[in-house]
Amino acid sequence: MTDTFNGAPHTAPIQSATFSNPVNAEIRRAAATGIYDIRGGGAKRKLPHFDDLLFLGASMSRYPLEGYREKCETSVSLGTRFAKNPIELDIPVTIAGMSFGALSGPAKEALGRGATLAGTSTTTGDGGMTNEERGHSKKLVYQYLPSRYGMNPDDLRRADAIEIVVGQGAKPGGGGMLLGQKISDRVAEMRNLPKGIDQRSACRHPDWTGPDDLEIKILELREITGWKVPIYIKVGGARPYFDTTLAVKAGADVVVLDGMQGGTAATQDVFIENVGQPILACIREAVRALQDLGMHREVQLVVSGGIRTGADVAKAMAMGADAVAIGTAALIALGDNDPKWEAEYNALGTTAGAYDDWHEGRDPAGITTQDPELMKRFDPIEGGRRLNNYLKVMTLEAQTIARACGKNHLHNLEPEDLCALTLEAAAMAKIPLAGTDWYPGKPGTSY
Amino acid sequence: MQTLDLADIELREMNATLHAQAETTNQTAWEIVNPKGAHAIACGIDAPIEVTVKGSTGYYCAGMNKQATINIKGSAGPGVAENMMSGKVIIDGDASQYAGATGHGGLLVIKGNASSRCGISMKGIDIVVHGNIGHMSAFMAQSGNLVVCGDAGDALGDSLYEARLFVRGSVKSLGADCVEKEMRPEHLELLAELLEQAEADAKPEEFKRYGSARELYTFKIDNAY
Repeated sequence: MTDTFNGAPHTAPIQSATFSNPVNAEIRRAAATGIYDIRGGGAKRKLPHFDDLLFLGASMSRYPLEGYREKCETSVSLGTRFAKNPIELDIPVTIAGMSFGALSGPAKEALGRGATLAGTSTTTGDGGMTNEERGHSKKLVYQYLPSRYGMNPDDLRRADAIEIVVGQGAKPGGGGMLLGQKISDRVAEMRNLPKGIDQRSACRHPDWTGPDDLEIKILELREITGWKVPIYIKVGGARPYFDTTLAVKAGADVVVLDGMQGGTAATQDVFIENVGQPILACIREAVRALQDLGMHREVQLVVSGGIRTGADVAKAMAMGADAVAIGTAALIALGDNDPKWEAEYNALGTTAGAYDDWHEGRDPAGITTQDPELMKRFDPIEGGRRLNNYLKVMTLEAQTIARACGKNHLHNLEPEDLCALTLEAAAMAKIPLAGTDWYPGKPGTSY
Repeated sequence: MQTLDLADIELREMNATLHAQAETTNQTAWEIVNPKGAHAIACGIDAPIEVTVKGSTGYYCAGMNKQATINIKGSAGPGVAENMMSGKVIIDGDASQYAGATGHGGLLVIKGNASSRCGISMKGIDIVVHGNIGHMSAFMAQSGNLVVCGDAGDALGDSLYEARLFVRGSVKSLGADCVEKEMRPEHLELLAELLEQAEADAKPEEFKRYGSARELYTFKIDNAY
């Protein structure tokens, strides 16, 4: 575009930063359809994240461990507070809850296979426990959700842990929806609902309303399972200090904290992008709550929402988490959004990397679908192998960083090992801004 | 008759004893004395035994019951027989909130009144209430039958799926997508059977049937508010 028009000086057209082309397109779509956009995944907007933190590494004042040879442990025990049988994991990266229904049976099987090979746990989702998943998961966490789809005492007793889902990062305070396209005969049967109808998942539990009730609910679940398995409470990143405090009060063995980058199978885009906090802002507040109660490390903290690399794992643990959970990253490792399906993504009006209409059940990668033909594209054995590889790489990366910081266990990483690149990250993570010993809100300072 | 006295033993020991009863146990009759409103009494049983609770119970009595018949000789706290799979739970008195919530099967009989959210999210359980029920009952009820010999509170059957609701008395208001439906012969037959099983003194012809209009089954903007 030149600065003249028809030979006369001319102001160049300026696109509005507020009314950008994507915003305008969404306004036109809403005007045409009358329906808000529903999609899968987590927040796509740019957020303060682990990328805004750096490790300092060892130097004159710190003694590093040899990068490849010296021991750097990665194991973690989850559920040591009350359960007779805590979950013992080789690595602190777990697989987050994703439902059979949202995912195909083979995809769930692959998650179990990969997690088992890597020595970690996987988690059911809203829709109950499948035999494929149980059979291929050495450590399986059974989610206890508001919908109670497929909930039964037999599956409860064959779980290695129970995760009471109060909320999730993509939609704290919101329920879910599995659209009719994905309600196959099997999904319908497991959920006691007619085939092909949209299935709503309630936003709150049907038989308790607050932490006092939840304490009694946990008592019931422990009685039914003989106090053997750990009970986790999962919350979305809303008010992490109070949510963690109340979860501990209610009797949780483990608190699972999910930031707004954490994915969902289907929710309104407006909800995903505008409700909840990024995980970076949640971790230190949850840890503070545990420390104030004298329960840090006694009640374990698992964090999720945008974990992609071993560096993210190490940063989360340095801030005080005991372990992390991955969902979206695990699906990508399985083959979700792979550019090899680009032509088919284009045919769906999207592109590899941006595909998020998982609820429509037309996933070219055959992962977030119940379509028998699409499902054939996905090999659960190969998927499990890929997931295991990815988990191993993440672990090796985290170990590399921990050794550079002089730590012989990932749990020994600490906030002191970190600095922040931006003021926002410094404030949210309570980590000093790089080159300073200060962060906004630091006790004893007036800023 | 085996007796478990909650004045002498802890809840854990009581439930562990009941859980230890196998399919073939010959100790089929149990009584629990001094319940004193304790929570989680007789939850998670999976055996064809009969348990009588001599008094009122706290939250989640008979939760997730399978096979057992549990008689509560008093009133029950919130969430009685929640997620019941099979068997029978009979309450002589009243039941608090969420009675029979998410139940998959079996029969829950409440001889008194039930509070709000009775049968919430029920998934196949049959519930017969001799008295009245509170508001938001059968919310998102998926399948099974809720029979109310008295009156129903506000928002009965809101966002209902395929559960059938039968009410003899008045309904203060119906919830979203819940409508009165024709009482066909098969419904009268079903109702007669349930009333008999629940020893309820009422005639099927006196009831009205309510069910889902199925307008919320497919997402559309007209239903989004």
